[in-house]
Amino acid sequence: MAVLSKNKYPQSAFEKFVLHLHPHRIDQRALQFSRTFGLGGINALLFVLLVFTGLLLRFSYVPTATEAYTSVVRLQQQTLLGGFIRNVHHISAVLMVVVSFLHLLRVFYAQAIYEKRAQNWIFGLVLFLLVVASNFTGYLLPWDQLAYWAVTVITHMVEYIPLLGPPLADWVRRGDSVNGHTILNFYTLHTGILPIAFLVIMSFHFWLVRKAGGVALPQTENSEKVNVLPHLVVREILALFVVLAFIFLLAVFYDAPLLIQANPLESPNPAKAPWYFLGAQELLLHLHPVFAAFIIPLCLTLFFFSLPYWGRIKVHSGVWFNSAQGRKSTVATIGFSGIFTLVLIGLLEYALHVETWMPGLPGWLTSGMIPLLLYMVPTGLFVQWIVHKKGKRSRVEVLQVIVTGILTSYLVMTCVSWFLRGEGMQLIF
Amino acid sequence: MNFNRRQFIKRLVLGLASVEAFFLLRNGVGNNAPDTNAEGMVNLGKVDSFQKGNVYPFVAHKLYVKRMKDGGFLALSNQCTHLGCVVNLNPQSNGFSCPCHASHFNENGEVLSAPAPRPLDQIPIHIKNGELFVDLAHPKKRNAYEKNQLTYA
Repeated sequence: MAVLSKNKYPQSAFEKFVLHLHPHRIDQRALQFSRTFGLGGINALLFVLLVFTGLLLRFSYVPTATEAYTSVVRLQQQTLLGGFIRNVHHISAVLMVVVSFLHLLRVFYAQAIYEKRAQNWIFGLVLFLLVVASNFTGYLLPWDQLAYWAVTVITHMVEYIPLLGPPLADWVRRGDSVNGHTILNFYTLHTGILPIAFLVIMSFHFWLVRKAGGVALPQTENSEKVNVLPHLVVREILALFVVLAFIFLLAVFYDAPLLIQANPLESPNPAKAPWYFLGAQELLLHLHPVFAAFIIPLCLTLFFFSLPYWGRIKVHSGVWFNSAQGRKSTVATIGFSGIFTLVLIGLLEYALHVETWMPGLPGWLTSGMIPLLLYMVPTGLFVQWIVHKKGKRSRVEVLQVIVTGILTSYLVMTCVSWFLRGEGMQLIF
Repeated sequence: MNFNRRQFIKRLVLGLASVEAFFLLRNGVGNNAPDTNAEGMVNLGKVDSFQKGNVYPFVAHKLYVKRMKDGGFLALSNQCTHLGCVVNLNPQSNGFSCPCHASHFNENGEVLSAPAPRPLDQIPIHIKNGELFVDLAHPKKRNAYEKNQLTYA
């Protein structure tokens, strides 16, 4: 307080509240926009926006199989600004997936996940899973063809988990196919349980950011401190208005999709998963479901949760890509992984039909292990090569190469599935 | 194990709460689960109305009935064994194709191309008084098509 009173003592309740969220004074360098791109703050804003629009939508939405679709149509056609509110909710939800993914990338590449920030990386990943879960449960609610079949596909993926899978999927759906009770389950999760979980974990997430001393910054001898009020808060309010303006403008011109009412008797062609699961759907085309829906997601989840505990040596916290070398190897990995994934998809699609060449062998081998090794071996060799090319890299940079490779592959698969797959999920060139 | 009274009471309360939570979730959430296969036996009509060598879709019952050249009947679920989409008749191969992930099945429901892991499920058929009944409540998983899966009038 002594420091503050030299400048301007916070007067209003608002100012005092802000000073409970932020420290009084922060490092000048933390203000630089390109250090965080404001991604965490934008996520928080999107959450607030989603809560408000979601509460408004609750007034008119009816969570039953017979009423759900018509209630959405009625909202769009008969309620003043009903369509606009739904658009804002839809756009914010889509943006939240994108922005939280970028936020995840930012903290990872700025080396802001190690040591005292390790715990917060875990909370952040849980929040990311909650974002995806909220998106997915919300996806079913309009009860149109898009929603019905996307959810059918994803809940069937759950069934491939050994032993636990089938009862879990039946429990989530309350039956062996998606039905009216599934809507009620998803509605309760989407509008009750998940938002509460968000609030709890977000509180921890914010508090741990404060505990770690805010934004990760490179070490330096002399750092200059500035007051949060007004320097940081003004920038935050500016970002808030820019994002709000963007979403509102988009919501005027872009309508949230609504196809014809769900018809459990006919799958649309092609039937695609929600866009953020398209990469997983592409993987399912090439890999045995036990691998694509269980083993690989499990390994990736464990890998990502344990990331901060792998590479703690020679970390330059707050330095993008850890070093100039780290930046180079990351860019090289994006190039390699992007091209290699595309080539492999093409080969698996047109040339390498292992299961038809060797029909006697079990499916988990021909469409499981073999395609997996076709990906793993060249990628492993590439990682070996890039790591040993110019002297040995630090463990952090090896991790960076691996994570970059995985994420690039996922993004390439998403794009292929999104843009290049047409009728019957055939590739269209 | 070594713990004192306070810990014991804590763990007891936690344990009881977990048991309660388990039953709440299991019964509360799952209880009024609809019996999706309550239909049971369904009459699909006279045996004679099915021509030999043809496939008949019964969309509402989610199945196809195929009558072989020798007069045997085979009923196949139309749900893809991969991820549950509805498979369509493929006029080129006389088999079935899934629109979701491009699985193909031959005319007897066996997998022609992955990702589907096993043939289309078989629905048991019963023939009584010249009428064809399918038992929707008991679909059968199978690994291959075999002659003994056919039902004769």
